[in-house]
Amino acid sequence: MDPFLTSRIVSDILGGLTNGVIYGLVALSLVLVWRSTGILNFAQGAMPMIATYLGMVVFAHRLGYWPLVIVSIVAGFAVGGVTERVLVRHLYGKPEINPIVVMVGFLIVLEGVAAAIWSTTPRGIPNPFSPIDWQLGGKPIALSPFSVYEIVTALVVMIGVAVLFRFTKLGLQLRASALAPEVSRLLGVRVSRMLTLGWILSTGVGTICTVLVASNFFTGLTPQVMDGIFAFGFIAAAVGGLDSPVGAIVAGVSMGIVLQFVGDFVNSNAIIITALIILIVSLMVRPNGLFTKSTARRV
Amino acid sequence: MIVVDELSVSYGAVHALRDVSFRAETGMITAVLGANGAGKTTLLRTISGLKEPSNGTITFNEHSLGRQKPENIARLGVGHVPEGRGVISEFTVEENLRLGAMMAKVNLTEGLEEQYQRFPVLGERRKQHAAKLSGGERQMLAMARALIARPTVLLLDEPSLGLAPQVTAQLMHTILDLCSSMGLTVILVEQNASTALRIADRAVILYLGRVVANDVASTIAADEDLRQHYLGKVE
Repeated sequence: MDPFLTSRIVSDILGGLTNGVIYGLVALSLVLVWRSTGILNFAQGAMPMIATYLGMVVFAHRLGYWPLVIVSIVAGFAVGGVTERVLVRHLYGKPEINPIVVMVGFLIVLEGVAAAIWSTTPRGIPNPFSPIDWQLGGKPIALSPFSVYEIVTALVVMIGVAVLFRFTKLGLQLRASALAPEVSRLLGVRVSRMLTLGWILSTGVGTICTVLVASNFFTGLTPQVMDGIFAFGFIAAAVGGLDSPVGAIVAGVSMGIVLQFVGDFVNSNAIIITALIILIVSLMVRPNGLFTKSTARRV
Repeated sequence: MIVVDELSVSYGAVHALRDVSFRAETGMITAVLGANGAGKTTLLRTISGLKEPSNGTITFNEHSLGRQKPENIARLGVGHVPEGRGVISEFTVEENLRLGAMMAKVNLTEGLEEQYQRFPVLGERRKQHAAKLSGGERQMLAMARALIARPTVLLLDEPSLGLAPQVTAQLMHTILDLCSSMGLTVILVEQNASTALRIADRAVILYLGRVVANDVASTIAADEDLRQHYLGKVE
């Protein structure tokens, strides 16, 4: 038996890591939309929630957990694409306040619609992974099969997004469309499609995150399931830098660990206050985020 | 060949181009000259689809370009190096070139090597971010990025802007060389009339959005009145 693995500090790190990857995924999905269209999507939690409820329809037919995951992700892609084409497209080039108001309104509408159709009662999503922590010498180590599933899934998504953006033709076009839409069009890139694709990807990532959260035995799926997590993800995105996928992930994971320590060593009521203090201090010190390079652009 | 016929373009109530007509012959350099505000950049932006004409037509090898999207025009083989060069500063030299090669039906490795041979400094700096290049190097990158797609028409907007005279001379030599070796049709917008007229086959002079001269470049260079009225001092 190694007492170190069951110590309070290691437990907090592992618990924080599990929460942190979720915050990181939410932050990453926000960054994907911001980088591709310059819009802060306040409905980023609600859109994947709708997609997950659509996945639940399959689940209700007793097809099992994995079909639910696949249908939810596909529905997430569809919700993202349709939202961009029908709603967001009309917001490009408008004053900055317009998309903010519209997306907050969209959030409220989606949550209202979900509550009207599926009610606010939490719906459990039984999954193959046990939420019970492993034990070492009779003591728990703050790591369960379910939390490993969460961490590994989040890592796979993060690596997948990084590979897509860094090493593929599609990623190059997505980045170019976000950075220089006019030049990209002159080079033959179909920028309009890339913007839609940015929303599709972002909602897909958000849906994977929502499925993970809703699959948690202690949470379940409700119309407001992502509200609290969205707040932490949003703070992580702002702290890391809305332009930086790496910043989103690092800030999300770091925040998860820091807040876990705060909850354990101070008080659980201090968690949200600490998160807001982190946000305020980081915005005062680095308004563009810790990982965004402040470069003068010559074009 | 590009044929511009009776082209008019407006920004609201402001008429940027009025009934502009000219031909850019295949394999030749057509210089478009004029003072600030003459409509030169608007003309190129309209040809490449960034600006929609209010009237008139643009024809490229029997394709009507007037109301097509820029990405479709680019895919037809019209390369546009915009004013200010338009390289993506956040991308490396190689990423900029890879983006340019995206629509080309050529082997990427071959395309890159071809451009590195043409512009050796880009090969040396292939992993550097474009933000770190000098003005001349950025211009070379913008040209290489357009050329890697193997265009048949190249629209160049003020390529000498902000460059040292020696670099400008080198650039003009490259444009001339490209035209003869690749059979490129070039429309060259320049404020530096003397530089452009030295390499151009034909020249069009715009004044307040109208064509006031359209002739062989050497004829325009020799016309004292035109030079004094519309081009200033031409050495």
